[in-house]
Amino acid sequence: MIRLKIPTILRNATDDASILEVRGATVGEALVAAIERHPGLEDRLFDEDGRLRRFLNVFVDEEDIRFEQGLDTPVAPGQTVSLLPAVAGGCDSWR
Amino acid sequence: MSQNNAVELSCRECGTRYPLEARAVCDECFGPVEVVYNLDRVRSSTDARATAHGPPSLWRYATLLPDLAPELRVDLGAGWTPLRRARRLGDALGLTELWIKDDTVNPTGSFKDRVVSVALSAARAFGFDTVACASTGNLAGATAAAAAATGMRSYVFVPRDIEPAKIVAAAAYGSTVVAVDGSYDQANRLCSELAEEYPWAFVNVSLRPYYAEGSKTLAFETAEQLGWALPDHVVVPIASGALLTKIHQGFRELVDAGLVESSAVRISGAQATGCSPVSQAFREGSADIRPQRPATIARSLAIGTPADGRYALSVVRETGGAIEDVSDEQIRDGIMLLARTEGIFAETAGGVTIAVLRSLCERGVIARHERTVAYVTGNGLKTVDALDGSAPPAFEVGPTIESFEAAAGRLPTRSGARA
Repeated sequence: MIRLKIPTILRNATDDASILEVRGATVGEALVAAIERHPGLEDRLFDEDGRLRRFLNVFVDEEDIRFEQGLDTPVAPGQTVSLLPAVAGGCDSWR
Repeated sequence: MSQNNAVELSCRECGTRYPLEARAVCDECFGPVEVVYNLDRVRSSTDARATAHGPPSLWRYATLLPDLAPELRVDLGAGWTPLRRARRLGDALGLTELWIKDDTVNPTGSFKDRVVSVALSAARAFGFDTVACASTGNLAGATAAAAAATGMRSYVFVPRDIEPAKIVAAAAYGSTVVAVDGSYDQANRLCSELAEEYPWAFVNVSLRPYYAEGSKTLAFETAEQLGWALPDHVVVPIASGALLTKIHQGFRELVDAGLVESSAVRISGAQATGCSPVSQAFREGSADIRPQRPATIARSLAIGTPADGRYALSVVRETGGAIEDVSDEQIRDGIMLLARTEGIFAETAGGVTIAVLRSLCERGVIARHERTVAYVTGNGLKTVDALDGSAPPAFEVGPTIESFEAAAGRLPTRSGARA
């Protein structure tokens, strides 16, 4: 099994679970397995075009999947996949 | 007389609004949230004459900052640093009006004192007693010092292999320094995870919207010091990209607030070749930033996954600027050139800025008569190791005239003659 770590910001879609045990040979398959169990995750993880949301970072153990093969990055049983919101700033000032 | 003109947080991507609280990302789309002000209140509470009589720190612009609880402001005197007319460097580069915004003279020697002043003021307003940060070094020192001066506890997370001076300083201020066996990007990820578990104010994670606002004051000061006018071209170092986007935002806000006449400011960015994800995207004409694993002496700019890189890229493109990157050798040359022409000793990030400034002049990207400002954001005493061997003593001598003259050879003396 693969451990999928869920950040606080996503736990309202996982019945407050902070860790999901899922199967899959790639990061993408692991996320699909999580969505099958918690369908509310789909819109939170993927945008309208079905792409992983830009401000969501995904790690396999220590490794950022952007350095690997993105959602096709292989995962093995016992590894941990972590989801973490990226933290960035912006520049619109007035209301 | 002061009032807080900040009214709420708003997601830059989807516009969802939140109250002013410790929050960095939108619950809906994870986009960044940012501080939003009431423009009418800003206009009615901001004027040039009142600012001129304000404190000699970044808080002279309190009406344009999240000043959540004025009585709890953290003010170690960050900001209101010199804007130096750089005639000798301008001559060397072929510019008729070059200025250096000299942020080497902040309380802990870098511009991070600005962002920390705003972030820790927010932390106090929200009732935190412990602050923390992930840092390439300068932020660690700034956070540690401001926490010490306000009686807060602090934890600073830095890559284990940053410049020793930066670790020593943070520890001397009484911070708990955590040396992480990994890169800045990994230390930053650790802090994002810790922020979920610990009730601490992470200045560049959970307080990032407030923290980032502090950087606008570099634009405010530049305009005030130019007699409430905007420069034509600025050169800004890029690490996360937040500084560059906030300087752009600061210039725009001054126009909107009615403090300066609107005029085009071209904004250019500077990176080290050993960590140049934003520069590379600029060169390739791409809107997407490909992450890199940093390897450069410019440790304070060594962020391989720049959080605000996309925004920095679009600001540079919109304003007609450019982004370039320079080698470690060019960075050392840049440090020396600035030191030897203007008497300003900058850290490696300043070397990056000056080396890119030089290249932009040589390539004609910056025109001779553009009123140009280069942002030098950190003090050279923090990164002396980067100059290893480049700036040795000229002579090593015994404490006698004979020994000096044996080493120095023939130099003109008072009598004009030598024995």
